[in-house]
Order: sequence, then C-alpha cells, then structure tokens
Amino acid sequence: MNGLLVMPIALPLITATVALLFRSHASLQRWVGVGGMAVLVGSVFLLFRDVHLKGIQVLQLGNWDAPFGITLVADMLTMLMLGISAIMGLLIAIYSVYDIDRERERFGYYPLLHILLMGVNGSFLTGDIFNLYVWFEVMLIASFILLALGNSKNQLQGALKYVFINLFSSLLFLFGVALLYGTTGTLNMADLAVRLPLIENTGLVTAIAMIFMVSFGIKAAIFPLFFWLPASYHTPPVAISAIFGGLLTKVGVYALIRVFTLLFTQDVGYTHTILLWVAGFTMVTGVLGAASHFEFRKILSFHIVSQIGYMIMGLAFNSALGLMGAIFYVLHNILAKSNLFLISGIAQRLSGTFELKQMGGLYRHYPFLAVLFLISAFALAGFPPLSGFWAKLSLVKAGLSLEQYVITAVAILVGLLTLFSMTKIWMSAFWGPVPEKGVPEHFGKETLWGTGKLYILVVPVMIVAGLIILVGLNAQPLLEVCLVAAEQLLNPQTYIEAVLGPQ
Amino acid sequence: MIGVLVLFSLFLFFRGHDEPGGGFIGGLVGAGAFTLYAIAFGTEASKKVLRIHPITLIALGLLSLVISGLIPLFTNDAFLTGKWLFLEFGGTVWKLSTPLIFDIGVYLCVVGFIVTAIFSLEEQKLPGKS
Repeated sequence: MNGLLVMPIALPLITATVALLFRSHASLQRWVGVGGMAVLVGSVFLLFRDVHLKGIQVLQLGNWDAPFGITLVADMLTMLMLGISAIMGLLIAIYSVYDIDRERERFGYYPLLHILLMGVNGSFLTGDIFNLYVWFEVMLIASFILLALGNSKNQLQGALKYVFINLFSSLLFLFGVALLYGTTGTLNMADLAVRLPLIENTGLVTAIAMIFMVSFGIKAAIFPLFFWLPASYHTPPVAISAIFGGLLTKVGVYALIRVFTLLFTQDVGYTHTILLWVAGFTMVTGVLGAASHFEFRKILSFHIVSQIGYMIMGLAFNSALGLMGAIFYVLHNILAKSNLFLISGIAQRLSGTFELKQMGGLYRHYPFLAVLFLISAFALAGFPPLSGFWAKLSLVKAGLSLEQYVITAVAILVGLLTLFSMTKIWMSAFWGPVPEKGVPEHFGKETLWGTGKLYILVVPVMIVAGLIILVGLNAQPLLEVCLVAAEQLLNPQTYIEAVLGPQ
Repeated sequence: MIGVLVLFSLFLFFRGHDEPGGGFIGGLVGAGAFTLYAIAFGTEASKKVLRIHPITLIALGLLSLVISGLIPLFTNDAFLTGKWLFLEFGGTVWKLSTPLIFDIGVYLCVVGFIVTAIFSLEEQKLPGKS
C-alpha cells in the first residue's frame, strides 16, 4: 500500500476546487493553477522513485481488496506516462498565463485544465477496466468544455465532431466492458488477465478485443478512425491544442498498450497483425494529409495521426524491443508535438495568422524562435542526435529483428515525408520573405524578451526544447527505464501478483 | 414553501445512510426549492435567498469530497476508507463519519450544479435581456 498513489488524482482535484473558489481573482487563479501543477510534478517524482526502487506499487481504494474494490496500480509504464503528463501540465499551465484570455479564465479554464489532468492521471493509474471508462469520461467532459469554451462558430463546429465521435467510442467501450463482465464476471484488470485465458470460447474473446481496439482506436486517432482529430484540434487556443495534441490521444495509445499486453494476448497472430496493418496505414495517411495542408496547426494535427502509427507499430511487434520503442516514442512525441503547437502559438502572435502562405520572415526577425522550431521539428522527423532519432532507431531495430521489412521501410519513408512537411513550414513561415501586406505592426519590433511579456510563452518552449536535446544526447537512462516498462508489460505475472497477491 | 422543502431535503439527506435517501436525492429536492423560488420571484431574488453563489457551492462540495477521502490517510489507511466516530451526546449516539462528509459534498455539488444550470437557462430566456 502506498498513499502516494492517490496523489496524482487528488492533487489536481484539490487545485481545481481551490481555483474554482477563487474564480473571480484572476491573478490568484493563475498562481494556484501553476502551483498545483508544480506540486503534482513533485509528488509524481516521489512515486517514480518508489516504483523504480521497489517495483509495482498498488493501492486498494477504501481498503476493499481486489478484485472487488477499485485498485490503483503504478508500474513503470504508468509512471513514465504520469511523469510526462505532469511535466507538460506544468509547462502548459505557465504558457496559459499569457495565452488564455480573461474571458476563458473567468469561465473556469484552470479548474477545467486540472480536472482534465485528473482524468488523464486516473486513466494511467487505474487497475479496473470500468474505472478506466469513468476516467475517460472525466477527461472527455473536461475536454469538451475546453474545446467549446469561447463559442466561436469554427470552434463549435470542431467541438461537435469531437463530441459525437468520442461519445460513440465511449459507447463501444461500455459494450466491451459489459461483454467482458458477462463472460468473466470480473472487472479488475489483473483478475481479467487470469480469467480470460480460461475462457473456452476464444472467438468471443477476440471479438471483445476488436471492440476495444475500435473504441480506443477512435480515441487514439488511428486509421481509419482519425478524421475527427484534424477537424477539431486546430480550433481552440494554442495552449489547449497543445495539451490535447500532446496528451489526450496518447491516453488512447496507453489504453491500447495496456489491454493488448495484459488482457488480449490469446490470439496475437490475429489481433496484432491487424494492429500492424493499421499502424502502417495510420503512418502513411497521416503524413500525406499533412503534406496537403497549409495551415500551421492543421499540419501538426495530421502529424499527430501519423506519429500514432509508430506507437501502434511498436505495440504490434509485441516484443520487448518493440514495446520499449513504442513507449519511448510516446514520451518523445509528447515533448516534440506539444512544443510545435506551442511554437505555432508564438508564431501566430507575432505574424497574426496560422496560414503558412501569409507568414514569413520569422527567421530573420526571431532567429531564436527559429532555432527552437528546428529542434522540435527535427526531433519529430527523427534526426540524430535528438530524441526522435532514438525512438525511431529502436522501432526500426525491433522491426528488423522480427523480419518485418515492409513496415520498417514504411516507417523510414514516413520519417522522410515528415521532414518534408516540416521543411514546408520552415520555408514559408521562417525562411520566406516577410509578406507585403497583412503583417501586424508589432512584427519585427517586439522582441521575445521585451515588455510584451512574450517570454512567458518562450520559457516553456525553451524548457521542452532543452528536454528534447537532453534526451537525445543522453538517451541511455531513459531507454533503460522504457525497457523495464516493456518487460513488465510482457510479463503480466508480476502485475497480477502485485494486485491480487501471490497466486 | 422554500423552508419546508429545504427541511425535507435535509431530512432525506440524514435518512440516507440506512434507508432510501442520501446526498443526491436530498440535493435534488434542495435544488428544487430554489428553482421554484426562482420561477416565482425571478433568479435575482432566488440568488439572494441562496446567499452563496451556486458555483461556490460546487467548489465547497468538491472540497468536502476530497477531504473525506484524505482523512483516512492520517491514520495510515487507504484513500476513501470509511472512518467512524461515535459521540455520546444527550443520551443519543451521534455517528460522525467520513461517508457523511462525502455525502455532504454530494449534496452541495448537486444543489450547486442544478441551480447554476437552471439560473443560466432562466437568465437567457428572453433575448436581449442578458
């Protein structure tokens, strides 16, 4: 039993409540919003140390023993996801101080941000499949409001698609849970892992697995279920886009990794082959979609889709190396992708638009911003020595060792195409000439460190870029931790014993 | 009318532990009291009777939910473990417990949420009036 386990859920709730109580004091709310995230990062680090030293940590909520009560489980995968989401939460909260307008603050931006994070953390921590559904709902409801807050027509259009498709996915999830409960009589994931292999009707289990694949696939935006994502992610303020693009789809990926390593491993030849195909198509369609767009954030949204493909590919390999690559890829991608969104926000503030055709001259006037963009974009495309290189390298190595040459070739090709659309942004927004008309007056005059307080936006971007370089130059420790996580996933016995006690 | 309804809702609330009732249904009846008042005399009057802003009620409710969960941590028990305190007072036994705090939280949240929703719907009923 470890009381720290509840903190990633309780702390955001406390912060949200306090922020709600002081909703009329704008500056106090910001301090609470940022401070709450900082405390969260601290508590996650303490928990990380425990998991690192003592192995999987378990908490039975309300002292109801598993499999009857709700269990919180923290293994290495959970901790890595919690860690990255807490860090991004903190940085995005800082970014929001400048990016989010007074109106949204008054309507409860900070409480919602923390509730969103509570949902995300809860999904990572829970060891109960129905509880996972509940956390998904918490997360979705907060995200619905964040997406629609502001009421512009554009936003509501995006939000509507987002809401409908996600409700549909939740419905499928619920069907899947009901079928699982009907066949096994339990909802605890460790208990399910014990009982599912005993089910004689393997066809039924595979059918349930497919329901889960579709449901989580919608949330993770895999092929062919991704179309809602580029339709909605470019509409809200940048801070919200960044946290959605960075974290929310990865919760879907996390859920896929969890159920397809712990629960549905009976018919790997069938389910994981489908995952492999899906991964390939996701990579290719995503990157092609990005190549055909000329709006900064739309390009980034399509790249989210394409990058999800890599993670699913690692999962589909179902080997230690593949899973290690997938987990490392998730971590790297959250950093690089959120950072690109944050940079797009700064670029938009400077040049007044997200349309690449109307941007230009950023390199000339803001070379530092250009460097930050290059770091994140090259990391995304997988250039050495940045974080993305190690992520792609381990996936390619995993693919080659399993003799999956076709998908490996696709992965490398998609990396090149990623570079192509990053170059597109670079050529027009950064390197291109300053457009003749439509440039705001402050362009070129206002410095990043000046009185305009733009540095509130730049500092989080700098920190993330620093992390990307740090991970790139010194990848070994993180890769080792990811390998520990992958090995825990491939040996569900330790997970089961941690939850249910020695069998 | 409002007094009766609030009393009834509190009655439902305290009945809740061993018999049908509890924070949720009590909260619904309590919210009904303020809603009826708002329909009869307008939202402004109802806000005055309520005294506390409904969103503050939601926040306080959430806070007591968290507190009820955190109390067991001080005695080295898991989050949300039920803790009971029996007090002898004037011949009767008063049962104070963390589930009670939790239920108060539910009650406050339900009242706060429904009243917020109804008030904002009421206020936007006439175009141009908001």
